[in-house]
Amino acid sequence: MTDPNHSVSPVLEVRGVSKSFGALHASRDISLDLRAGEIHALIGPNGAGKSTLIKQITGELRPDRGSVLLNGEPIDHLSRMARAQRGLGRTFQISALAMDFTVLQNAVLGALVARGGVFRFFSNVMRDRDLVARASEALDRVGLADVAQMRTADISHGQRRQLEVAIALTQRPKLFLMDEPMAGLGAGGSQSMTVFLASLRQEAPILLVEHDMDAVFALADRISVLVYGQIIATGTQEEIRNSVEVQRAYLGEEDAL
Amino acid sequence: MIRREQMCNAAVILLLLAIPLWAHSADAPFVITLATKVTILALAGVGLNIALGIGGLVSLGHAVFFGIGGYATGILASHAQTYEPLLQAPFVIEGTNQMPIIWLVAVVFSALAALVIGALSLRTSGVYFIMITLAFGQMFYYFAISWSAYGGEDGLSIWVRNEFPGANTLVPLHFFLICFAILCAVLWFAARLARAPFGLALAAARQNQDRVEAVGITPYRLRLVAFVVSGAITGLAGALFADLNRFVSPSMLSWHTSGEIMIFVIIGGVGRLFGPVVGAAIFILLEHFLGGISEYWQIYLGGFLLVIVLYARGGVIGALAGREVAHD
Ligand SMILES: Nc1ncnc2c1ncn2[C@@H]1O[C@H](COP(=O)(O)OP(=O)(O)OP(=O)(O)O)[C@@H](O)[C@H]1O
Ligand SMILES: [Mg+2]
Repeated sequence: MTDPNHSVSPVLEVRGVSKSFGALHASRDISLDLRAGEIHALIGPNGAGKSTLIKQITGELRPDRGSVLLNGEPIDHLSRMARAQRGLGRTFQISALAMDFTVLQNAVLGALVARGGVFRFFSNVMRDRDLVARASEALDRVGLADVAQMRTADISHGQRRQLEVAIALTQRPKLFLMDEPMAGLGAGGSQSMTVFLASLRQEAPILLVEHDMDAVFALADRISVLVYGQIIATGTQEEIRNSVEVQRAYLGEEDAL
Repeated sequence: MIRREQMCNAAVILLLLAIPLWAHSADAPFVITLATKVTILALAGVGLNIALGIGGLVSLGHAVFFGIGGYATGILASHAQTYEPLLQAPFVIEGTNQMPIIWLVAVVFSALAALVIGALSLRTSGVYFIMITLAFGQMFYYFAISWSAYGGEDGLSIWVRNEFPGANTLVPLHFFLICFAILCAVLWFAARLARAPFGLALAAARQNQDRVEAVGITPYRLRLVAFVVSGAITGLAGALFADLNRFVSPSMLSWHTSGEIMIFVIIGGVGRLFGPVVGAAIFILLEHFLGGISEYWQIYLGGFLLVIVLYARGGVIGALAGREVAHD
């Protein structure tokens, strides 16, 4: 779809972002970018600061220093809501869903905001063909079509993870920020999610935070390794595997490779 | 398919209409007055239920809107009675005894109050929100007490019930039917709102704020609009309530009033379309029958509330009709 060589600036760029919680440096001068058509995996041990970085990109947290750019334009001044409307689609590490809603309603909510017309008081939202079609298509793609009419509180944990992804799809974002979409999916679930995400990168690039190394190595075009709030290496799979620093700091002890 | 809740609702609304019609033919005006009271309080509750039930906003300040509606009636009517204009300069504003104009004034002013109170209090949440709405309630209450031009603590009497074109509002049944028609219209509106895009987004913000922010909606805006709509409806109810009693006093603005509206919404079923109607009916029936036995009838009300909160979260409607069926 998009030739990475033609794009002047990356879709997303993080420049020198730092963030402390008191004495804890959760992000130390982090820089990374996300290019059109790629999956960029962000890996690192628990507590490394992966989710904190995602939150600073989405605007949930303000960095102490540094800047975030979308298609070359700084978005630091924009609220979280404005960034979402500009095309940042994210999934949460811990599912954030309206539990009393049906699965379909959750998806319709995403489609509604993306399309516009939230402040309508008389039309029946679930009879809005355009919205329901958009929501159903997203559910279909992640494999939730069968449970569309179920209450979100009643579906499985893994299905809620898939719903997170489906809601992001309904927004038709310019890029995806996914915080551990495979967590708790089980072997079969992560495999089908892997296949799905592989196809998704054609639509929009993905910054993928993931602990599941099989998925990371199956998907990532590039990998960044975050340890104690610091990016210690960014590169292709080959480069990361061969990096002495990475082996020392992270992979070596687990013998994951 | 007709659902159980819809059947419940239909039964409730038919009963509410049938009893005064019967009472009219049986010449029992007192029963009609009771039914009118239920209808008006139900309307106040439908207003609160939009903020509380859909939006999850626990407002202990809704008496402000109820009272503003009441004073709109009282003040306009008192000026019509004395033929003294409300305002001389820069232009003349006369009082009026025409209900539709009074309603409009009540709705506009309670909506404005809700806009101001909401804009400030919705910046907080949880217990702080409750406290700020309560504080605003107290401010308005003490202001009314000190406002001697309109009766201060003693309140304002309305000598003759205000007029509605084509009806004789002195006939209890006529006034009931006017209130009943308004309640039906507002229930229809509330039902549409709950199913509309706005209702979906507002309910989502209640359940998971992170989710709505992540898809790009500002919860504050949703809640402010809901609060204004909610306040305006409760204000309209206040205007009718003053006309029912032909009397307004600061007690309409007291936090007891806020508490009572909330109590019967909870009894009937928070977030259920007809919850406030059933709740108001139970409240008035308890007050009428138990109030005759003991001055301290609210002890029983408290017990009733306790049972509902502990064992029937969906209120009486929830117990009768089962769990809410989400949007279809
Ligand atoms: N709001 C906060 N206040 C204080 N400390 C925080 C806050 N959020 C995160 N932290 C701390 O910052 C560090 C990084 O947390 P973060 O959630 O970003 O890690 P992570 O890499 O996503 O870990 P995991 O793989 O377990 O999800 C942790 O030590 C965490 O305790
Ligand atoms: Mg995390």
